[in-house]
Amino acid sequence: MDKGKHENYSKEDIYKNLLVQVADLHERPQGAYNLRADGEGVDRETTANINIITKKDNPGIDIIIKPNTKNESVHIPVVISKSGMEDLVYNDFYIGENADVTIIAGCAIHNSGAENSGHDGIHRFFLEKNSKVEYIEKHYGEGSGGGKRILNPTTIIELKEGSYMKMDSFQIQGVDATKRDTKAVLGAGATLIITEKIMTDGEQYAETNFEVELNGEDSATHLVSRSVAKGNSKQVFLSRVNGNNKCNGHTECDAIIMDNGIVTAIPEVTSNHIDASLIHEAVIGKIAGEQLVKLMTLGLSEKEAEVQIINGFMK
Amino acid sequence: MLELQNISFFIEEDGRKKEIIKDVSFRVDEKFVVITGPNGGGKSTIAKLIMGIEKPSSGKIFFKGKDITGLSVTERANIGMSFAFQQPVKFKGIKVFDLISLAVGKGSPISVEEACAYLLEVGLCAKEYLDREVDDSLSGGELKRIEIAMMMARGTELSILDEPEAGIDLWSFQNLIKVFERMHDVGKGSILIISHQERILNVADKIIVIENGKVSKDGTKEKILPGLLSELDSCEHFAI
Repeated sequence: MDKGKHENYSKEDIYKNLLVQVADLHERPQGAYNLRADGEGVDRETTANINIITKKDNPGIDIIIKPNTKNESVHIPVVISKSGMEDLVYNDFYIGENADVTIIAGCAIHNSGAENSGHDGIHRFFLEKNSKVEYIEKHYGEGSGGGKRILNPTTIIELKEGSYMKMDSFQIQGVDATKRDTKAVLGAGATLIITEKIMTDGEQYAETNFEVELNGEDSATHLVSRSVAKGNSKQVFLSRVNGNNKCNGHTECDAIIMDNGIVTAIPEVTSNHIDASLIHEAVIGKIAGEQLVKLMTLGLSEKEAEVQIINGFMK
Repeated sequence: MLELQNISFFIEEDGRKKEIIKDVSFRVDEKFVVITGPNGGGKSTIAKLIMGIEKPSSGKIFFKGKDITGLSVTERANIGMSFAFQQPVKFKGIKVFDLISLAVGKGSPISVEEACAYLLEVGLCAKEYLDREVDDSLSGGELKRIEIAMMMARGTELSILDEPEAGIDLWSFQNLIKVFERMHDVGKGSILIISHQERILNVADKIIVIENGKVSKDGTKEKILPGLLSELDSCEHFAI
């Protein structure tokens, strides 16, 4: 739905659309599920291997995945439709030994009012030995009101020996301000791969802070940020990797700037061990002229070529 | 089909005007025309001027009898010209299938089978490639073949190829020659190739030699090629 088009829609319709945007959910998904809407848990499903428990001390849930759970998924979408809603939630994920699961999180805000709406999700992941997690997180905002849509996710990751986590994070449109903090500590043989894709426009601001401690022998990380900054938007990408053992670390910021967009990349890699191998790369610039020309030789206008290049880059 | 009339092209270098192309005129009416000549002679610049990637300082270009000197790259592409780059352009996130689809034309989504057919033409085992990104993960030879597959997918009346042999291995080159021979035999339009290769010159109906920004020779293969080959010892550019 377009911005502002559905101001007369029911709350359920707005929720439905937000769920499609943020988690590609057209109906209740298979597997474990927890839907949080406007600050409250409204729907939940657990399985024999995956339990979801409401926290007693803080708002939020504990997601407990039994050892050896294979090929199961957990969906934990959050939707906000009220203007002026400031939602804070703590979600902890306990992944048992040898488990292999997919976790789909995400937050969508529909703000048609004048007040700011926000969601601060604090997610902690505890991966036991040899467990494997694919974590997908999407952020989306919509609504025609003057109130800002603000998302500040914090992700804390502890990877024990031989565990593996792949995190894909998307923020495609409509989020006015975001500060994304991700901190990870890796044990021996553990691997962490993070790919984030961010597009900002207008007066939007996005900040990413990655901090990874490669403590275990043969631990490895690959942090990739692909972003597009249009309009007058600003992005800051800070990536700090400390190699404290024999390890491999790679951090990469690849950004396209358009109009008056500004991107700052601050890679900071520190080798505290003789066998730590760390690489950082940052490429920031406008769309390469030769890419535009190539697509124009196929019959596309300059504008159409630009759209194709950006769509491909953010896909 | 194509005519260049008194084309000149200057660039500014260190505040001084440098003439890259000097009063070049020629016609392309034959099926297969090769522009050759020493490196740095201005061949690639001429190809770019024809496609509209560079604008001439003076002179006119006609395509199918129409003055196209003022047309943009997109407009030229849409009236029947295509261009294969010497160094294929790489894209992050755009897949081989996407480019082939764009080459076939806007608003006409193609099937996987159709896309595969174009890749098979250039000797690529198709399905493996459709989902690959057109980036550094592909070798120079693969990128080059995809570039040519895109040109075949466009199927325009005039196809311009800038050194299709550059950066590819001998095996790929042998196959490429077969592709050109087939294009020559069954293609309906004209192919204009910038090349140093004797094998490609051998397929030509007409050869134009560009040296120091000027046309030094222009005629049929029978007329031009023997002279070029006799210069082989003194001019390494024409060696295989």
